[in-house]
Amino acid sequence: MAAPVFDVPEIKNEIEIPKLREGVMAHAKTFPATKPVQDFMGYPHELPEDWKERAIDKMGDLLGKYRSLKVFLDACVHCGACTDKCHYYLGTSDPKNMPVARQDLMRQVYRRYFTTAGKLFPKLVGAKDLTQDILGDWYNYYHQCSECRRCSVYCPYGIDTAEITMAGREILNHVGMGQKYSNEILGKVQKIGNNLGLPGPALEDTLEGLEEDIEADTGVAVKMPLDVKGAEVLLITPSADFFSEPHVESLIGYAKVFHAAGISWTLSTHASEAGNFGLFNGNYETMRKVAMRIRDSAIELGVKRIVVGECGHAWRVAYSFWNTLTGIGYGGDDPFSIEFQKQLDPNYPQPQHICELTNDLIKSGKIKVDPSLNDDLVVTYHDSCNVARASRMGTEPGGQFTIPRELIKSVVNNFHDMADGTIGEATFCCGGGGGILTDDLLEVRVKGALPRATALNNVVKEHKVNFMAMICAICKAQFTKVLPKYGFDMSMVGGVHQLVSKAIKLDKAE
Amino acid sequence: MGLSTVTMIYAGMFYIAALVMAIGLVYKIVDYSRTPVPLKIPTTPAPTTRSGVIFRMAKEVVVFESLFKANKWIWIFGWLFHFGLLLVLLRHLRYFTEPVWFWVDIIQPFGKYASFMMVIGMLGLLARRFLVDRVRYISTPSDYLMLVLLIAIGVTGMLMTFVVHTDIVALKMFFLGLMYFDVQPLPQDLTLLIHLAMVAFLMLIFPISKLLHAPGLFFSPTRNQVDNPREKRHAQAGWAKQVNQTK
Ligand code: HEM
Ligand code: SF4
Ligand code: SF4
Repeated sequence: MAAPVFDVPEIKNEIEIPKLREGVMAHAKTFPATKPVQDFMGYPHELPEDWKERAIDKMGDLLGKYRSLKVFLDACVHCGACTDKCHYYLGTSDPKNMPVARQDLMRQVYRRYFTTAGKLFPKLVGAKDLTQDILGDWYNYYHQCSECRRCSVYCPYGIDTAEITMAGREILNHVGMGQKYSNEILGKVQKIGNNLGLPGPALEDTLEGLEEDIEADTGVAVKMPLDVKGAEVLLITPSADFFSEPHVESLIGYAKVFHAAGISWTLSTHASEAGNFGLFNGNYETMRKVAMRIRDSAIELGVKRIVVGECGHAWRVAYSFWNTLTGIGYGGDDPFSIEFQKQLDPNYPQPQHICELTNDLIKSGKIKVDPSLNDDLVVTYHDSCNVARASRMGTEPGGQFTIPRELIKSVVNNFHDMADGTIGEATFCCGGGGGILTDDLLEVRVKGALPRATALNNVVKEHKVNFMAMICAICKAQFTKVLPKYGFDMSMVGGVHQLVSKAIKLDKAE
Repeated sequence: MGLSTVTMIYAGMFYIAALVMAIGLVYKIVDYSRTPVPLKIPTTPAPTTRSGVIFRMAKEVVVFESLFKANKWIWIFGWLFHFGLLLVLLRHLRYFTEPVWFWVDIIQPFGKYASFMMVIGMLGLLARRFLVDRVRYISTPSDYLMLVLLIAIGVTGMLMTFVVHTDIVALKMFFLGLMYFDVQPLPQDLTLLIHLAMVAFLMLIFPISKLLHAPGLFFSPTRNQVDNPREKRHAQAGWAKQVNQTK
């Protein structure tokens, strides 16, 4: 099955709000998950006879479990403030990609089956019976949402369409309409330990190869330890860091940082993945199972600190959810979390982001850097959505914006931010997050990247920017694939620790 | 003196409407507060303390901060409407209090003109529903009707304030009577009857309509949560608590 051909949108001077064009993305259907994949996840693989009851039951179940869903489905006043905030609407002009319209795909059904007004006067309040067509709309448009939360910044009630999308995908899974890409990955991470399905021995080989490369390159024997018991730090990083370009450059950067600072660290085969696609599918139990691998490894290896590499949604799960799901963090008062929290070194935040760690080391002089080694670059920074709007770094609100920038500015001399309204809390998603980084959705991904490409284009023209730094594995994979369609060179894309890697001085700091 | 049928109908109508609104809202609020919040999902950057959250929330309620970031037109119309509505409602307190609270007297003159703010704001919002293609696309019949209903309430009210005055003293007796379960005759001008019928209807639909945005905002986890997941284990949510403590 080849993905359909499509026109790449033209980059304009400004991000423009398009006139709506109904149905233009109705054809974009991600590949469905096959039987073995759905079996493993415990979902049906085709529409069961009683699909309608199952879907409504599941919706009722979720409404009882998540206050967010219930309040968000009730509270929207159709004010329209969010309608021009989604990169997929801006890039496709399909009205069903407006956040509120995406919510309404579910709200119309919610109103019909769960509210008095919708039961009595469906037409009046836009309530509809659940049909296969509506399920089809859910399948299409809940896979054209990257769960980036940009809409939730602007909604006067903080309605987060990501919560609706997650619930939608969960219901779809329960009626046998799973997505191939995400569910395959969830299978791999649970069976093998990482999303790429890279088995232990292959990982070991890869790391050895990298060690040789670094030594050949720098003359210093920087190690990439795996499954080392008693190491101080367990590094949890997206598996793409092990052998995708440009991700691997950042992995080399982390290794150099640990080496230069003299911190003992290790990777883990059992937990060789920071990413957690359980988030995307809205399945709490799956998300927890995937996260528990990290706690288990940390206990097994006896580490005192857990540090997370460059990955946006992984950092959301780690920062916001790990403590709840697995007790990685502080302040638990139940035996399950106390037992584990005793093991952790209370002098550090747990989990800690690699940018927090490196930035602290540079600021305190524990590692030395020479920013002039990056003088060939004019750098800008792409705030990844999950880091920007669903997590924090440091102790102050907004540390997720200042710390990566501080770090970048300490290792490069030329830095320019993209325009306000496209960075910080207003950042535009790369277009490939939230479980849609798959070739069968390439059109959605390319079009969804239009706002970011526009903002980037402006700093390229104005400041000759030639490198966009980021801290997300999905962003890196997405941009290296889609930015070339807009005429950018894919070597413009890379990690923050790729910059650190170039600037860091490996001989012992005096 | 016997009470007219109209008085009896209106008295019954207001009792029912008030009851439905109160019970409906309490039911919704209890339901919201009983539904668990299994995870930390504040939209960040978010305050790291409870008092910070109260300040964030206050900004949302008083100045519609997020809406201000989003869209200046909706913000200006929406804020005119709500602030006008608030003043008008406060002004109405003088029909329910005896003696009238002193601060109600102070805002009385502003309240009188606030109705213009309110109606202008709503006309602006209504115009957007027709004129902006994106807003037109998402509007349901009830969205238009809600605005029309509120505008009609506002306009009939303004008519009585500025054009066809009604017997305010008798009206006040009627409402005080309702409050003390001693029903008094209601003045029977057409404008007043229309105004009151629409108000009762609005109260009736409050708990089953999008007007739930008012209580909803306070229960929105993206706005009311403290951003401290690393420092404090968030694990009080009913069903998830069991799940979270097994190995
Ligand atoms: C805590 C109190 C309240 C807050 C914070 C609040 C806030 C908001 C905001 C931010 C909007 C969106 C912007 C707009 O369209 O104006 C809105 C819309 C609306 N509000 Fe409220 N509101 C509150 C109470 C009320 C009450 C008591 C009523 C009516 C009796 C009301 C009626 C409406 C209506 C009808 C709309 C939709 C306007 C439209 O169709 O565009 N609100 N509210
Ligand atoms: S969460 Fe992001 S992708 Fe989804 S509707 Fe909102 S803005 Fe669009
Ligand atoms: S901004 Fe919020 S309330 Fe307004 S239409 Fe969008 S989701 Fe609904």
